[in-house]
Amino acid sequence: MEFFFEVLIGGLLSGVMYALVALGFVLIYKASGVFNFAQGAMVYLAALSVVGIMEWGAPLWLAVILAFAIMTAFGIGTEKFVLRKLVNQPPIALFMATIGLTFFIEGLAPMIFGSDPRALDIGIVDEPIPYILDNWNMVISKFDLIAAGVAAVLVTVLALFFQYTRIGRALRAVADDHQAALSIGIPLQHIWAIVWGVAGFVALVAGMMWGARNGVQFALTFTALKALPVLILGGFTSVPGAIVGGLIIGASEKLAEIYIPPVMQDLFGGNFGGIEGWFPYVLALLFLLVRPEGLFGEKHIDRV
Amino acid sequence: MKKVFKPAVAAAAVSLALIAPQTFAADQFFPIPSYRVGAYGANGQAFYGGFIDYLNYVNLKEKGVNGVNLTWEECETEYNNAKGVECYERLKGKAKESAGPIHTMSTGISYALIDKSAQDKLPLAMMGYGRTDAVDGSVFPYAFPLVTTYQMQASAIVKFIKDKNGGNLAGKKIVYLYHDSAYGKEAIIAMEAEASLNKFTLVQIPVAHPGNEQNAQWLKIRQEKPDYVVFWGWGVMNQTALKAAQKVGFPRDKMIGSWWTGSEEDVIPAGDAAKGYMAATWNVAGKQVPVIADIEKVVYGAGKGNLQDKGKIGTVLYNRGVSAAVLSVEAIRKGQEKYGKGKPLNGEQMRWALENLNITEARLKQVGATDLLPEIKTSCDNHEGSGKVKIQQWDGAKWVPVSGWIEGNKALIHPLFQASAKQYAKEKGITPRDCSKEK
Repeated sequence: MEFFFEVLIGGLLSGVMYALVALGFVLIYKASGVFNFAQGAMVYLAALSVVGIMEWGAPLWLAVILAFAIMTAFGIGTEKFVLRKLVNQPPIALFMATIGLTFFIEGLAPMIFGSDPRALDIGIVDEPIPYILDNWNMVISKFDLIAAGVAAVLVTVLALFFQYTRIGRALRAVADDHQAALSIGIPLQHIWAIVWGVAGFVALVAGMMWGARNGVQFALTFTALKALPVLILGGFTSVPGAIVGGLIIGASEKLAEIYIPPVMQDLFGGNFGGIEGWFPYVLALLFLLVRPEGLFGEKHIDRV
Repeated sequence: MKKVFKPAVAAAAVSLALIAPQTFAADQFFPIPSYRVGAYGANGQAFYGGFIDYLNYVNLKEKGVNGVNLTWEECETEYNNAKGVECYERLKGKAKESAGPIHTMSTGISYALIDKSAQDKLPLAMMGYGRTDAVDGSVFPYAFPLVTTYQMQASAIVKFIKDKNGGNLAGKKIVYLYHDSAYGKEAIIAMEAEASLNKFTLVQIPVAHPGNEQNAQWLKIRQEKPDYVVFWGWGVMNQTALKAAQKVGFPRDKMIGSWWTGSEEDVIPAGDAAKGYMAATWNVAGKQVPVIADIEKVVYGAGKGNLQDKGKIGTVLYNRGVSAAVLSVEAIRKGQEKYGKGKPLNGEQMRWALENLNITEARLKQVGATDLLPEIKTSCDNHEGSGKVKIQQWDGAKWVPVSGWIEGNKALIHPLFQASAKQYAKEKGITPRDCSKEK
C-alpha cells in the first residue's frame, strides 16, 4: 500500500508539471479560440533564452528578466506580424499560423543561443525529502513539491485575472467572436498581445521547471505532448481545468505504468511496459465520448 | 568586346590555377546523410563535424588517399527516416562512380536503407547501430554493423559487471531500462541470454518515447532493489534517467549505459546527478589522441574546420566521428591495394574493402588513432570485425576510461545473429553467399 501511495503522489506531482505547460495552451485558446501548436516551442525558447543569456555572463535573476522581455517581445511580435492579418479568419487559419510559428521558433532559438543540451540550476535539488523518506519510506521530491506550489500560485492568479479584471472579461469576449468584440470597442490587438505575453510568461515558468528537471534542450518541445490529454480532460478554456486534468493524467498514467503491464504479461506473455506514452491519450479519448467539452470546459450549444 | 573578354577569361583561368591549393588525380565521393538540426542535432553536429574534419585532414596532410581527393556532400535528415531515404535517393546518383561508406548515425534510417543500398550496390556503414544481424555478411553483403553491435555491447557490459563481482553474477539482480523502440529492444535477446548463462535475475523496464518522464519506472526500480541498472537510453531519456536515479537514491556508479548514452551531451544537462555514471564506448574522449590534436592544428589552422564551435573538438561524439572517418579512409586504402593505387573505388569495390579490413593496433598508432578504435578484422561472415568496447565514467567534468577493451561473448551472441539473418534470408528469398568462397 505504501508503494501505491508513493506512485500516486509521484504521479500527481508529475501531473502538475504537465499542467504548467497546459496552462499556456488554455490562455491562448481562451483569447483567440485557437489551439496554439507553438506552445511547446515557446517553452523551449523561454528556457533556452535563460541558459543562453546566463552563458553570456548574466546571473540567473537577470537572465529570467531578460527572457521574460524576450517572451513579451515575441508575444507582441506574434500579434503584429502573424495574428493581426488573420482577424476574423476561420480558426484553422490561425492554427496553421501557429504551426508555422513552431518551425520558426525551433529554427531561430538554437541559432541564437546554440543547440547543445545544457543544465539549468535554479537552486532546487531534485532529491527526496529526508523526513518523508525516513518516516514513511516514500520518495517525494522537494523539487516536485515546489513545482506544485508554483503551479498553484499561477493558476490562482490567472483564474482571478480572467474572472475579475476588465482585460480578463475582454479576453473571453474576444474568444467568443472576434468581430463582435471589435464592434463593441474591445481593442483586439492589445488583448492578443497581452495574452501572448502572458502565455510567454507561463512558458517561461514551465520551461524553467522542466529545464531544471531534465536539462534545457530541444526535447522541451515534446512537453506539449504531455499537455494535450490534460487539455482534453480539463477543458481547453479552463485554467483550473488544466490543473485538475494534469493531476488526473499524471496519477493515472503512473498507476497504469506500474499495475497494468504485469496483468497483461500474465495474460498474454511478452513485455507490455512503456504504456504511459499512449495511455493518457486513450484515457482522454474515452473521456471525450462522455464529456466532449472536458471537465471544466464551456459547453457549446448552437441554435439550429 | 571580344578583345576585352578573351584576356579577362585567360586572366581568370590563370588566377584560378594559382589559387587552387592542390591537384588530385581523382575524387572519392562520400554521400553523407547527416543531421545537425532538430531534436538530436547537437549529437549530429559533433559526429559529422569530426567525420568531415578527418576527411579534410587527409586531403590537407597527405593530399588525399594516394592522390585521390576525398569529397562529400551532406544532406540534412533531421534524424527522420523519411528524410533519410530522400537524402539517400538524392545523393546516390553522385555515388555511381565512386562511393565511400554511407554513415547515417541512425538505426531507423539504416533499416529503411538496408534493402535499397544492397540493390544500388552502395555500402552502408552502421558503426554501433543499425540492423545487427547484418554481422552475417553472407545475407547482408552491403550492410556493415562495424566495430560493435547492441548485443555484443550488452554482453560486454555484463562481462564488466561480472568482473567487478569476482566473476560471479549468480543471485544478482540487473534491471535493463530501455527506450521502448527497436533500438532499445535490440539488446534484450543478449541480456536474456546472459541472464540465463550467468544466473542473474533480469528485470526489463521500458520507457516510452521521448522518455522525459520516468517517475514510475524509477519507483519500480527502487522497489526491485537491483544491484545494477543497464541502461539503453536516447536523447532526453538519458538526462531524465540520471536525475530520476538521483531522486530515488540509486547510486550512479551502478548504472552502465550503452554508447548512445555516454557523450557529454548526455551527462552535462543532468549536472551533479551524472557524477559516477558509466557508459560503454569504443573511442575515448579528449585531445590527447594524436590525430585529434593534429586535426585541430592542421585543419583548423588552415581555416577549414567544419565546426563553428571548436569546443566540441575532443568530445566523445566528435572523436567518434573521427573514428568513423578513420575506418572509412582505411577501407579506401585497403580497396586501393586491390583495385589500383590512386584510383577511386566504386560501391562494389568499397564493399570488398569493408569486408576485408584488418586494422591493427600498430596501424592505429601509425595514423595517430590509438584508443579511437579497437582492432578490426572483418570478413564475409563477420561484418562487425571487433565486438569490443571500453567502459568510461563521468567524473563530473570529463569522461575517464575505467576499463581496457572488453569483448562481448561472441560464442553466445553471434549465433543469434546468424539465426536471425537466416530467417531474414528466408523471408526475402535471398540465397546467402558461400563465405568460404569469398576472398
